[in-house]
Amino acid sequence: MIDLRCHYLGLMLRSPIVASASPLTARLATLQALDDAGVGAVVLPSLFEEEVESDAMALSGRLDALTDSSAEAADYLPAADRSFAGPMSHVRLVGAAKSALDIPVIASLNGATDGGWVRYATMLADAGADAIELNLYAVQANAMKASAEVEAEYLHLVEHVRWAVGVPLSVKLSPYLSSTANFVRQLRDAGVDGVVLFNRFVQPDIDVETFDVVSGVELSHHAEMRLPLRWIGLLRPAFPDLSLALTSGARSGVDVVKAVLAGADVVMVASELLRRGLLRAREIEAELKAWMAAHEYSAVAQMRGSVASNAARDPRHYERTQYIHNLLVHGGVVAR
Amino acid sequence: MVDGLDTLLGDATATIDGNEAAARIAHVLSEIVVLYPITPASPMGELVDEWSGEGRPNLWGGVPDVVEMQSEAGAAGALHGAAMKGALATTFTASQGLLLMLPNMYKMAGELTPAVIHVAARAVATHALSIFGDHSDVMAARSTGWPMLAASSVQEAHDFALVAHAATLRSRLPFLHFFDGFRTSHEIDKINLLSTVDVRALVREQDILAHRARALSPDHPTLRGSAQNPDVFFQGREAANRFYAAVPRVVQEVMDELSARTGRAYHLADYEGAADADRVIVLMGSGVGAVQETVDELNRRGERVGLLKLRLFRPFPADDVVSLLPDTVRRVAVLDRTKEPGAVGDPLYLDVVSALYGAGRRDVDVVAGRYGLGSKEFTPSMVKSVFDELAAASPRRQLTVGIADDVTGSSVSPDVSFRAATRAVSAVFFGLGSDGTVGANKATIKLIGELTDLYAQGYFVYDSRKSGSVTVSHLRFGPDPIRSTYLVDRADFVACHQFNLLRTEDVLSVARQGATFLLNTPYPADEVWDRLPAAVQRQILDKRLDVWVINAGKVARAAGMGNRINTVMQPCFFALSNVIPREQALEALKESIVHRYAKRGPVVVQRNLDAVSRALDELVHLDVPLDARVAPDGAVRPIDRAPELTRDLVLGRGNELPVSQLPVDGVFATGTAQWEKRAIGTELPIWDPSLCIDCGKCAIVCPHAAVRMKAFDPSALDGAPEGFKSKDCMGRDLPGMKLTVQVSPDDCTGCGLCVEICPAHSKEAVKHKSLNLEDALEHRDEERPNWEFFSAIPEFDRTAARLDTVKGSQLLQPLFEFSGACAGCGETPYLKLLSQLFGDRMVVANATGCSSIYGGNLPTTPWARNSDGRGPAWANSLFEDNAEFGLGLRLAYERQVGDAQRLLDELRDVVGDDLATSILEADQSTEAGIGDQRRRVARLKAALHDIEAADHDQTAARLLSLADELVSKSFWIVGGDGWAYDIGFGGLDHVLGSGRDVNVLVLDTEVYSNTGGQASKSTPRAAVAKFASSGKSTAKKDLGAFARSYGNVYVAQIALGANEMQTVRALREAAAWPGPSLVIAYSTCIAHGIEMSTSMSHQKDAVSAGYWPLYRYHPSPEPGAHPFQLDSKAPSKPLDDFVAAETRFAILQRSDPERAARLLALAQSDVDERWRYYQGLAEVARVLPHDKEPTPVATNAEEESE
Repeated sequence: MIDLRCHYLGLMLRSPIVASASPLTARLATLQALDDAGVGAVVLPSLFEEEVESDAMALSGRLDALTDSSAEAADYLPAADRSFAGPMSHVRLVGAAKSALDIPVIASLNGATDGGWVRYATMLADAGADAIELNLYAVQANAMKASAEVEAEYLHLVEHVRWAVGVPLSVKLSPYLSSTANFVRQLRDAGVDGVVLFNRFVQPDIDVETFDVVSGVELSHHAEMRLPLRWIGLLRPAFPDLSLALTSGARSGVDVVKAVLAGADVVMVASELLRRGLLRAREIEAELKAWMAAHEYSAVAQMRGSVASNAARDPRHYERTQYIHNLLVHGGVVAR
Repeated sequence: MVDGLDTLLGDATATIDGNEAAARIAHVLSEIVVLYPITPASPMGELVDEWSGEGRPNLWGGVPDVVEMQSEAGAAGALHGAAMKGALATTFTASQGLLLMLPNMYKMAGELTPAVIHVAARAVATHALSIFGDHSDVMAARSTGWPMLAASSVQEAHDFALVAHAATLRSRLPFLHFFDGFRTSHEIDKINLLSTVDVRALVREQDILAHRARALSPDHPTLRGSAQNPDVFFQGREAANRFYAAVPRVVQEVMDELSARTGRAYHLADYEGAADADRVIVLMGSGVGAVQETVDELNRRGERVGLLKLRLFRPFPADDVVSLLPDTVRRVAVLDRTKEPGAVGDPLYLDVVSALYGAGRRDVDVVAGRYGLGSKEFTPSMVKSVFDELAAASPRRQLTVGIADDVTGSSVSPDVSFRAATRAVSAVFFGLGSDGTVGANKATIKLIGELTDLYAQGYFVYDSRKSGSVTVSHLRFGPDPIRSTYLVDRADFVACHQFNLLRTEDVLSVARQGATFLLNTPYPADEVWDRLPAAVQRQILDKRLDVWVINAGKVARAAGMGNRINTVMQPCFFALSNVIPREQALEALKESIVHRYAKRGPVVVQRNLDAVSRALDELVHLDVPLDARVAPDGAVRPIDRAPELTRDLVLGRGNELPVSQLPVDGVFATGTAQWEKRAIGTELPIWDPSLCIDCGKCAIVCPHAAVRMKAFDPSALDGAPEGFKSKDCMGRDLPGMKLTVQVSPDDCTGCGLCVEICPAHSKEAVKHKSLNLEDALEHRDEERPNWEFFSAIPEFDRTAARLDTVKGSQLLQPLFEFSGACAGCGETPYLKLLSQLFGDRMVVANATGCSSIYGGNLPTTPWARNSDGRGPAWANSLFEDNAEFGLGLRLAYERQVGDAQRLLDELRDVVGDDLATSILEADQSTEAGIGDQRRRVARLKAALHDIEAADHDQTAARLLSLADELVSKSFWIVGGDGWAYDIGFGGLDHVLGSGRDVNVLVLDTEVYSNTGGQASKSTPRAAVAKFASSGKSTAKKDLGAFARSYGNVYVAQIALGANEMQTVRALREAAAWPGPSLVIAYSTCIAHGIEMSTSMSHQKDAVSAGYWPLYRYHPSPEPGAHPFQLDSKAPSKPLDDFVAAETRFAILQRSDPERAARLLALAQSDVDERWRYYQGLAEVARVLPHDKEPTPVATNAEEESE
């Protein structure tokens, strides 16, 4: 009997395979299917404060537009007194998921203002979220702002949320920090229970026919897993008690094996499930189990961090840039 | 007691309007409510629908079933059926709606079937439509046999609603309960609510059971609605007399029970005033308030006058009326709020005279008076003048009051110095529809009404435009019940929420001496004085006003509120008015904001609260300098050059116009919108000719014809103003010509559609286009002379234009311009395009709705004329009959053409064989052909003139009167989806089936836009609309499919924003098709909840999502013809993407995501399935059976062969 159970953010999960935020976790029906497919937990789509608020103002504005401007019509939509505050759909989804699923439900939040972070984190926690993932990133294009200031602001926000809610907190990090390990330490000291590595961002594109700047989400590629794999391998020994989640690029049971060996507690999967259907979660689990059986592991807990930077036979690969080496090798391949 | 009922009723007070007061009772006392929207009764239905939607129960625990019908006639039929089956059934209506119910009303009364109709009484359309209040509708129903109860206030609308529901069950007769449209239906008042215990006590269980026991049932079957012969019909008609005889007693009994429970005593008629009065006014409805105030004041001054207010109009309580009049009365004026031309007197007058005569009171001299038609003001000074007339030696027998009748001399002049004493504080607010002024004032009244012991009243006046509409709010607060049923004319507080209104409205004329004046101004306080128009400065000084200013726009923007300044201005009112102590008022205001916006989310609440806090910091007292100088009066405005009548109407002097100044038949000149320069755009599109590609898209989408394109000879540029822009025409079709795209800076609303559609952008910075929205303040002065110059450049020769192109169509003069439709309106571009293509020979039958309002609501009309004086001839008949009305116009034309052709043939020898032949055989299929025909007809007319002058030739005279018809005309039947899909569908179907050459344009907004967004059968599945507040569960009707089924009807579905070319083509093909044509035009609308500046791209999205497929069905007699042609591509994006941007769908996704998902999945299936079906149709060959070539118009030969 193979034991897939793992601890993540103080929660006991039945499997390290976690469905991360995607359209699949946005609806109750697919959430239930994910639960049936055996995932350890689900992360719901992020509540974006700015979006929620501009949306609320825009909707309110459109409902008010031309109200009371004509003798014949006091308004044009039968909506004046309906409850549909912007974040309510997220909050409702948390509540609905919580009552429908057996597995932990992790809510995700991307704030814009101090007050917003706390307000929405509290709402999500009150709705029953088992944990909250803080999606901590904004495009910092201000040339007058130093990176230290940015980090200090992030920490400030995390402290506020930590103070306001009691549920476990994780922080989803940007890969673009100057000193990742140092920042993770500060987060831990601020009371964060885990970090998720790393956030993938929607990047702009240009439509050369319409001349519009467009944005679109692309599913992650397998190679993207290397980056978080490195950082998990590096961080695990330094933060033995901090939950670490790998996200981006994992698409098979073997990928889960790699992540856990590097020190991840859980592996988040989205693109693979979107590509191949959510039943793929079941197959990934089977692949994981098959590898464990073949390699005589009986529990995921045994594997955790066994090839981390402090446990690997040649940990230098985690740290060195390898740029020259790779260039030579691959250059040689091309030349041949 | 049923849970939740006391949220509707209770034993407390509420500050609500008359519609809500009646609807609250109707909802708890109904099982079935059938509806059809009509102003001003629509809110009653909407409220009842909303409450049922929320699951609120009626008195017996069931939720009333609320069903929208296709017309009032349909509602009456359903009401009849529901009541006959033993249900408690109700409906609400007004005006034409009530008239459509009449046939069923006779039936229901004849069958003693209890039911209630609540009527917000409104004028019936005669020489013009009026949405406003008078009694002409209910008077038209007085012969139906329905007992009629007249409420004269909001409180009475609440109480009498209950009396009606209770009395109908006790008496078995159906009741019509009415109150005055707008003055009562829309006036907000603080009233005492009836409790559920009161309601239950009056509506007796045994009466309900008896009603149910009489119901139609196969378990005790009966026959109703028999046809009767001369032997018994008459006797049967008399058989019900005793039920009528019992009604007065029953009503009084219910009123007495109500009085015992509430202390509010009512009788069939009530007398107020001096016990020894010598003069009395008799009337019913809201005018009672003004008369009551006057009677009190006059009696205080020692006169002996009285008021007899009638509550039960049918059956007429003659004995009560007679006995209530003091014996001392010598003269009575009976005031009717209706006009029955040709009658000895209006209805109430005749009844009172009969009553007095019958009772032997020959000593009383009764005078007939008429007042208040179409919500004409009725004030104490007018009432006083009626009493004065009664005191005259020989008063007029027929009088009018409130107008100056200088034609028949019927009017009495108001005593303008007379006022009734009042302890109420009054306030008047001038704002724009878009700034939330009215909403804030409604909230203010409720707040004061609910927070204090004060009585509160609010009444709101709107102008008739939908863009930049001005609103005036009239508020009163005081320690006594407020009976002032007229506008405030001496305000203690005046607020002007938009600085620009100081130039267009006489804002301070309502301010009393020493009043407080609050002004929102974009200027710093120290500049304000010098910015004020001279007239305003003068009034401030003369009336010694206490002036306060605030830059509310700045505060609103800082608080993240955009242009909604309501929550900035509202606290200023509280701070300055002292109706409630300032601190208490602000606390209450904040609480009310939390309450009002809580459901929209914390951010909306927070930003509104921020706005309140910031507002008071920015409120500044304006210290009017002692040596303040009054600026000189401004220069001549365009309106000063308008025809006199138009000018007076635009300048708000309509109330002062005497009868002689009005047309006798409701006929008005067209082309008047050009005089009304409203300058409401805050941004204007400014042209960069260096980028322009002459495509004409900007002009074709402009809803207001404010962006125009002209091609002209370079010589026309002589004398151009310095800033006037032009460029060389591109392409080979207009060699050597210049082209200009010009905005009319005072007519543009700044909607931005032209900029959005403009495809030409700079290579260096793509956001810079050939048209760019720029600050109007910076450009308006410069563009004015440019527009003047542009307007004077000769119009492009239409016979030389390529009408089959977008650009060609836009070189033609629009004969539909500067409408007051919503900024960005999706309908008006189609009408403007029609006017360009066919305007100089076009007849329009326009169904009632948005298009009849922006098309024909005074003071001006956008329908215009060209320099020859030709232009669209426009008429609106009704809502339901438009297709038939348009067909009638066409039939007359066909007859006239036939006659003209016959007469011309007869006069062939006299006018010349060549001319006659060339006219009779003219090809008028092109503009050049029409131009040639016009010239020939001109020659013909000249010849006929000569003949007629020489010989007094009757035939020549007859042909002369018909000759113009020999130039081909284009008949367009225009209306919205409410007309085409619902109320007018039967007629539309018949007209399409007639085979006649009429063109129907349906401006499909998928909702009843004009009356406020009620669902029609065009409303798509999953969209939220009124009467479909949980999302419409059924799919949109495929109107085109009905029309296509005939085989000989040209049908097209178009969307200008998606494909301008297809739109132009479809309209031209429809016009050219010699049989019936139906063009269904996707019209974006404010009711969709979209950003109107993106109106056109929405249309594009609608098409690319397959939501609105474009097609043309062109019947053809050719063997193997494929008449159905799809003009859009297969859906290229999911419906979800399209609906995401529309609030009508988004609302449901937020409030009920599960249902939204289910309905949207079905809606996607609708799209997929329709596309599949249409693709199949495009493959199907269908031949139009024919035995000869279709002819453009029916000829005599055809007619005679029948």
